[in-house]
Amino acid sequence: MDQNELRLLESGCVQEEPPECMAACPIHVDVRAFIANVSQEKWEEAWKILRKAMPFPGIIGRICDAPCKEHCKRKEAGQAIEIGMLERACVKTQSPKQRIYPLPKKDKSIAVVGSKLSGLTAAWDLSRKGYKVTVFESGSQLGGDLLSIKEEILPHNVVREELDILFSLGVAAELDSSVNDENFLEDLARRFDAIYLGPDYRNVPSGLKDLKGVFSRGFLQYDPKSPVWQAAEGRWAATSIDRFLQKVSLTSGREKEGPFTTRLYTNIDYVPYVPAIKPLNQASGYTTQEAIQEAGRCLNCECLECVKACSYLEKFDSYPRKYVREIYNNANIVAGRHPANKLINSCSLCGLCEAVCPEGFAMQSLCLKARRDMVQKGKMPPSAHEFALLDMQFSNSDQFAMALHEPTYESSAYIFFPGCQLCASSPGEVKSVYAHLRKTMTGGVGLMLGCCSAPAFWAGEEQLFEEQFSMWQRKWADLGRPQVILACSTCYNIFKTYLHEAPIISLWSILDETGLPHDFTSLKDAVPLALHDPCTTRYESHLQTNVRNLLQKMGQPFVDLTAKSEYAECCGFGGLMQNANPDLAKTVINRLAGRSSADYVTYCSVCRDNLAGAGKRTVHILDLIFLKDGESDPAARKRPGWSQRQENRLRLKNDLLNELWATDRGERIDHAGPVLNISSEVWQVLEDRRILVTDLEEVIHHAEISGHKFYNPDSGHFKASLKLYNTTFWVEYIPSDGGFTIYNAYSHRMEVSGKEGQ
Amino acid sequence: MTNSYTDPEDLRWKCHKCDMFLSVGPASLTYMGKTINARLPVCPQCGFVLISEELALGKIAEVEQLLEDK
Repeated sequence: MDQNELRLLESGCVQEEPPECMAACPIHVDVRAFIANVSQEKWEEAWKILRKAMPFPGIIGRICDAPCKEHCKRKEAGQAIEIGMLERACVKTQSPKQRIYPLPKKDKSIAVVGSKLSGLTAAWDLSRKGYKVTVFESGSQLGGDLLSIKEEILPHNVVREELDILFSLGVAAELDSSVNDENFLEDLARRFDAIYLGPDYRNVPSGLKDLKGVFSRGFLQYDPKSPVWQAAEGRWAATSIDRFLQKVSLTSGREKEGPFTTRLYTNIDYVPYVPAIKPLNQASGYTTQEAIQEAGRCLNCECLECVKACSYLEKFDSYPRKYVREIYNNANIVAGRHPANKLINSCSLCGLCEAVCPEGFAMQSLCLKARRDMVQKGKMPPSAHEFALLDMQFSNSDQFAMALHEPTYESSAYIFFPGCQLCASSPGEVKSVYAHLRKTMTGGVGLMLGCCSAPAFWAGEEQLFEEQFSMWQRKWADLGRPQVILACSTCYNIFKTYLHEAPIISLWSILDETGLPHDFTSLKDAVPLALHDPCTTRYESHLQTNVRNLLQKMGQPFVDLTAKSEYAECCGFGGLMQNANPDLAKTVINRLAGRSSADYVTYCSVCRDNLAGAGKRTVHILDLIFLKDGESDPAARKRPGWSQRQENRLRLKNDLLNELWATDRGERIDHAGPVLNISSEVWQVLEDRRILVTDLEEVIHHAEISGHKFYNPDSGHFKASLKLYNTTFWVEYIPSDGGFTIYNAYSHRMEVSGKEGQ
Repeated sequence: MTNSYTDPEDLRWKCHKCDMFLSVGPASLTYMGKTINARLPVCPQCGFVLISEELALGKIAEVEQLLEDK
């Protein structure tokens, strides 16, 4: 990512765009922050925010016509915030002390003609920039028309105090000036380096106005009576004069100088209607308490649509614009810690952020790109995805993977590819589906077992993905490139993107088209289920429709879990979140499980198992279509553990080969190892730590053969370790009943060595 | 300087092969090309090192994470 790409990406997130009020204000007061301070009774802070953008806040704060108000989002859910009245309430409180630090004096002098707010603002801004400013006023005092405002609205002493600040900056005033004299302007042009003719100066002789260094009102679109517009005009003139004297571009970078349309999106769909607070005394405006109440109605406009929708984005306490910068910085660290690794590897890559973002910001693209970059540079933490990648390699090894034509067929019109996780979760249903497809589809339905290699894709392991996916492609090509029937929407996404030449079709489309099995029996006393669409069907609305049709055909009542089909949520498996950040994955699945009190139905086996693992009663649609005899409560099925998931795949291949192809693999699938007694508490430990039964068996086998183990005379327990792949596993056990009772297991990746004889 | 990470309970274990109680001794831990020396429960005869659950899931996991993020 280079700097330009960084900025382009950053601009895709609108969270830091100004709110409507600030964008609409001619001088861009940070109205949102001002109101937030008022609501918290932080009057001094509120004052300071006004001062930052507003010249003479004691004056303008009392008479501001608040053109921002009509842009306030609150009016869509009640009435606009009474911003002008809040300004008045603020400036009536004691003003905090201020110190003004003008820039070093410059040797240029400027004449300002007229002392309405426009001229005064120009004088204020220019004097703070270090220029020597003289204000020419035809009347006998500065700010004449301000003193004509009713005393109870704008007390004269306030005007005088504010103007005293101007004088303290060294601004000179020439009162009773003959500004309409024929030679007045020519005289000024000789004496000063630049001249500002305020809006009240009407006798600009044509010709002189075009002289270099003479600036006059340029913006005619506004209400000339508006105090804040007058101030804005003075400010813009001051900026032009400063740029003119500094000999820099008068125009560049000034597009947002006046009111502009902000890109900030604020969702007010769920904002309750609240009307404006009415002051008890209309003439004197809000009391401080009334102002605080009114400020409390402010929506504090911000976007955060993605953060509200995604636990991952919420977890890292910021928003995509900031995350882009963190990820960019992370990639550019040569030596030292890479603090954004966790951020990059925790995203489920599900794309919900992109679906809910008003500008379509895709965090998943950013994270995937960063992962690929880390892998290429050898900077990917080895532990982040290893467990899932080993599982993928298991799925694509001879232990599970196979590709065969339908028994008795020598070619295939179709192949059924159930995907690795359905086989891991419900091997029985894979057999039922395959039997059903063989009955309903003509031309031969072959079978392929394996993994689509999505884990390598998610891990950013492009080369590994390419290798594994090509292996799959070769096997499929050897079968004569039949149409691929898919039961997993992750596989569907991967194949759709990378297997261009393959005609793919979802199992749900086939079942929707060919109908339910003729021996289909519905669940007795079917209660309405909440339908969870897997995140990988976000933009596959036809699959979502197929499933809804199937539920209807089954007579199974259901309600949608999300308002829109593209808002489908991830279960925490996607993008290998579960591997890289297991705690976050738990938060994600619990949030999904809490969306409805009804039992769920879904059509992704991983979603089903993760929901079941979170204690949420959930059925897979295949549990309903191929309901087993006597099965009355498929939603109660537990999530199979990691070890069970591997064993299910191993056995499925073996069973299918034996039952359908009458092939003996010549491998012993039945438990070859010793009997392990494992309590439910220890099972949970193994699950949380992703330790497989086969790992335990290997450690114990090695310890028992080599005698390399520890013994605790107090407990009678043995403890042994063995390094497998990149991990050292420790098991605490005792021999029992011809097998072993397991008390504990844990692992680490550091290699340990002692120093013999010491 | 090496840090010592030994719980008194760890020294209740014996090396099965040497039939000797463990004592605190030097050991080295290596990961991602970095080696850290520490004093851990080891067999005083053969140097076989015991890593406790607390150490594996605590300090070792923490250091692994730090080295992985380098």
